[in-house]
Amino acid sequence: MKRVRFLPTLLLMWVGVLAVLLASLCLGRYPIAPKTVLQVLLSRLAPILRTWDPTVETVVWQVRLPRALAAALVGAALASGGAVFQGLFHNPLVSPYVLGVSSGAGFGAAVAILLGAGAAVTQASAFATGALAVSLAWLIARSGRDRSHVTLVLAGFVVGSLFSSLVAGAQYVADPSTKLPQIVFWLMGSLASAQWSDLLRAVVVIVPCLLAITVLRWKLNILSMGDDEARSLGENPTAMRVVLIGLTTMTTAVSVALSGVIGWVGLVVPHLARGIVGPDSRKLIPASIALGAIYVMIIDDVARSLTMAEIPLGILTGIVGAPVFALLLRRSRSDWD
Amino acid sequence: MEQTRPSVVDIQNLGFAYGEAMILHDLTMAVGPHEVFGIVGPNAAGKTTLLRCVERVLTPRTGTIRIDGRDLKTLSARDVSRRVASVPQSHTPAFPYTVQDIVLMGRNPHLGAASQPGPHDVAVAQEAMDELGIRAIAARPYTQLSGGQLQLVLLARALTQEAQVLLLDEPTAHLDFRNRHLVLSTIRDLAVRRGLAVIMTVHDPNDAMQYADRVGLVSEGGLIALGTPQEVLTADNLGRLYGMPIEVLTDGARHVIVAGIGS
Repeated sequence: MKRVRFLPTLLLMWVGVLAVLLASLCLGRYPIAPKTVLQVLLSRLAPILRTWDPTVETVVWQVRLPRALAAALVGAALASGGAVFQGLFHNPLVSPYVLGVSSGAGFGAAVAILLGAGAAVTQASAFATGALAVSLAWLIARSGRDRSHVTLVLAGFVVGSLFSSLVAGAQYVADPSTKLPQIVFWLMGSLASAQWSDLLRAVVVIVPCLLAITVLRWKLNILSMGDDEARSLGENPTAMRVVLIGLTTMTTAVSVALSGVIGWVGLVVPHLARGIVGPDSRKLIPASIALGAIYVMIIDDVARSLTMAEIPLGILTGIVGAPVFALLLRRSRSDWD
Repeated sequence: MEQTRPSVVDIQNLGFAYGEAMILHDLTMAVGPHEVFGIVGPNAAGKTTLLRCVERVLTPRTGTIRIDGRDLKTLSARDVSRRVASVPQSHTPAFPYTVQDIVLMGRNPHLGAASQPGPHDVAVAQEAMDELGIRAIAARPYTQLSGGQLQLVLLARALTQEAQVLLLDEPTAHLDFRNRHLVLSTIRDLAVRRGLAVIMTVHDPNDAMQYADRVGLVSEGGLIALGTPQEVLTADNLGRLYGMPIEVLTDGARHVIVAGIGS
C-alpha cells in the first residue's frame, strides 16, 4: 500500500470539508451563486450591504446551513464510530450499528411518532432506546461465561433483532395514512427537517465525544492486538473498551436520533480512509472524521437535489455504499491480509 | 549460575488452577540478569501458563512471584509491563500496520491514556529495530513479512518496553531452520548485551541445550529438574518426561538430543 504524507493529506481533507459545505449551501432546487452564499455568511460577522433577496438569506441560513452541518456531524460520528469499532473488535467488517444501537433508536423513534411526539421528544426517545440497546447487549455479553468480543457482537445481534421486531410491531399498529410513512421515512434516514435547535442538541454531545475519541485514538492500535497482547503491553483492555464503546454509543445514538438510520457510512468511510492514510488509528480517526463529513454532506446534497421529492439517505448510502464496498474488497484486500 | 547473583525473577511455590484443574503446583525457580532460562516440557505441561503468570495476565492461586524484589501482586498493570515484556506464541494480525507502528506499541507502558508516542518513543523503537536488523523494513506492512521477520518485529516491540524481563513462548514454533537459529541467537545476544532475564519455553529440547544457560523441566505442572542444560537434559530425564527412549549424542562440548532407537 502506498503511503502519503499525513498532515498535508488531512489538511486537504479539511479543505474538502469546507468546499463541500460551501457547495451544499449553493446546490438545490433554488441554486444560489457561491459568491452570494459567502456574502450571506459574512454578513453575520461584518456589515455588508444586503443586495440579495431575503429568501436567499432564509434558504442559506435557516435551511441549508443547519442541514449541511448536521450531515457533516452525522457523517463524522458514524465514520469515526466505524473506525473505532473495527479497531476494537479487530474486524474490518463491523459497523457502529453492530451492537444494536440503530434498531434500538428506531424503536424509540417509532414509539414517539406513534404517540404523536414532536421532533425533540422523538430524538430524545431514539437516543434513550439506542443507548438502552447497547447497554442490554453489553449486559448479556457480560453475563455469559465467554467474555470475548465475539460474544459481545453476537449479543448485539440478538438485541438488534429484538428491537427490529419491536419496530416492525410499531409499524404494524401505526396508522397507514399518517404515522406509518413518518416511521418508515425516519427509519430510512433523513435530514430534511434538521434545524438549528436539533443541530445544537447533537453538537453538545457529539463534538466532545469525538474529541475524546481523538485523544484516545492511539489506544485503538493497542486494543486491536487482542486482549492478551494489550494486557502484556500494560493496557487494561476491558476498561478502555468500555470507555470507547461508551463514547461511540453516545455519538452514534445521537446521530441516529438526529438523522434516522443511515447505513453503510461507518463501513465504507473507514475503509476509504484506511486506503488513503493506512491503518494507524492516529491517522485513521482524524481522516475518517473528515471523510465521513464530506461523504454524508454529498449524499444529502444528492438526496435533496436529484429528484423533486427527497430521497431517503439510507437508500442512497446503500446504493452507493454496497458497490463502493465491493470495489474496495476487490482492490484492497491487503487492507487486512 | 552462582547463588550470590541477585535474581530478577523470583518464583516461590507457584500454584495455578483453572477452577478445579490444577495446572501448576509448588513451582520454585529464579532467573538472574544476562540469563536465558529455558523451560522444556511436553504439550499441556503448563509452560505457557507459567509465562502468563509471570506477566500477570493470569493470577496465581498460591505462591509469590517477585520481579526485582517486588511482589507482582502489588504492582499496577502498567508497572508490570514496564518490568516484563513478552513475545506471544502466535499473533493474529487484524490490520496491516507498518513495522514501526507495531514496534512503537511497545511504548504503551510508558505513556498515559491520553498521550501518544513522541520523538523519544520513536527513537527507542528505531534503536530496537536497528539492534535486530529490521530498520530497513520499518515502513513495510507487517502483514507481508516472513515468519522470522514477524518474530523479530514482535521481539523489537518487546524491547521497546524497556523491561528487564523478557518472556518468549515457543519463539521458534513457526520458523524454518535458519530463522530458528537466527531468532534464538538474537535472543541470547540480547540477554547478554542488555542484561535481560529471559524465560523462554521451547518444544525442542535441543533449542534449550544450545541456547539456554539453565533449564527447567516441567511435567504436569511441576518442576521435575532444574540446572544447566547438560545436568538436566539427560537421556534419563527426557525419557521419563516424554515417555519414550531418548539418546543424547555428544561431540566434544556439543550435545544433540535424538529419539532413541526402537521408538
